[in-house]
Amino acid sequence: MLFWIEKISLVVLVFCVTLVIAMYATLAERKFAAFFQDRIGPDRAGPFGLLQPLADGIKFFFKEEFIPANADRFLFVLGPCLSMIAACMTTAVIPWGHDIVIFGQTMALQIADLNVGVLYLAGVVSLGVYGIMIGGWASNNKYSVLSAIRASSQMISYELAMGLALIALVMHTGSLSLREIVQAQHGGHWNVFFQPLGFLLFLICSFAEANRVPFDLAECETELVGGYHTEYSSMKLGFYLFAEYINMFIASAVMSALYFGGYHFPGLYHIGLSDNSAALVGVGVFFLKIAAFMFFFIWIRWTLPRFRYDQLMRLGWKILLPLAIANMIFTGFLSLLLG
Amino acid sequence: MFHAYGPIFILFAVVVGFVGTTMLATHLLGPKRHTKAKDETFECGVPSVGNARVPFSVHYFLIAILFVLFDVEVVFFYPWAVNFHFLGWKGFGEILLFTLTVCVSLIYLIRHGVLDFEQE
Repeated sequence: MLFWIEKISLVVLVFCVTLVIAMYATLAERKFAAFFQDRIGPDRAGPFGLLQPLADGIKFFFKEEFIPANADRFLFVLGPCLSMIAACMTTAVIPWGHDIVIFGQTMALQIADLNVGVLYLAGVVSLGVYGIMIGGWASNNKYSVLSAIRASSQMISYELAMGLALIALVMHTGSLSLREIVQAQHGGHWNVFFQPLGFLLFLICSFAEANRVPFDLAECETELVGGYHTEYSSMKLGFYLFAEYINMFIASAVMSALYFGGYHFPGLYHIGLSDNSAALVGVGVFFLKIAAFMFFFIWIRWTLPRFRYDQLMRLGWKILLPLAIANMIFTGFLSLLLG
Repeated sequence: MFHAYGPIFILFAVVVGFVGTTMLATHLLGPKRHTKAKDETFECGVPSVGNARVPFSVHYFLIAILFVLFDVEVVFFYPWAVNFHFLGWKGFGEILLFTLTVCVSLIYLIRHGVLDFEQE
């Protein structure tokens, strides 16, 4: 019974934190965009514009909910829901920190420690394609359909290289559980030092999976208006945008956990903190790493132009996929040679 | 088993509950004013022409099929990767052979121009 109460509170906590981070990622994006473009950015709602995401959220609720006459009503509503659900479900396997002890009870800061965590992650991430494809097709708008087809073939193409990059990592760690992968990186043995190419491949593929610049061909406003969410309004549009930021957050969390030691920080256990406070500092360290990656996502968005579609496909199939295979074989050969 | 996967169902229930409530709330709160022009599909202000669900470039369809093929092959690598140190050189040799067939099929596709998007 205690186990379930503990898990329910953890689930609610993680879910709320995810939503708040996604909300404030939108503000961070606008603030940094303003900084890069020498503007001020949103500063009217609350001090430094800190209440802007809240104002946006409330506005979404009170906007007209609009379904075009030609659209498939059921699928039109299902699309954004699926996007949002798939994005949120990925938080389940991420280890947020060391176990903490409350009233003599050990509490794991991870919703579910699956022994197939990496596979679960890959599976749920690929479900995100359905949200976009269903929404774009249901709109019965030419821009939406074009964008949905583009987005889905982009996402599935980059999933291959991503899966192969993960295989090289799994060979190194010998486990599919994210918790074990993070624990094996204790003491500065971060996987990024053993898998630099694998990390680079994973990073590029996460940009493509999250539909972020330079891979945001699904939303290129100059040719496709709003992309797959051209016909959407109110909170349905909100869910699509939310899902994008949650995906960015999760991608950052996964990269920090798999390649950058997760909640570990060199020297964290030598400064004489009690176990609980060390665990909490570890959670803070993990979120700092996530924030750094999210800043990187935003930085890239306001720095690079987007690819052309044939360039994108060539990069995915002819460069990243062979590189990922070579990386996997090379990793295997080297680690067998060195014992 | 149930202890490992149970929390995922809790998360699923919470997320679906949140999404459902939000959808309902936004449906009840927002105004609804239908006009004929507004309900039309958006096409940059001009009257919309035809249906959007028309036959599409076969390239995208091919990409989807290739993805299924290659993704199944990627999944085959996972059991080997987990038992990588246990299987040693013998397993490595076998996987090398398997990778070779994957590479041959990839080269075949590239040479046939299936992955070239610029030719049309």
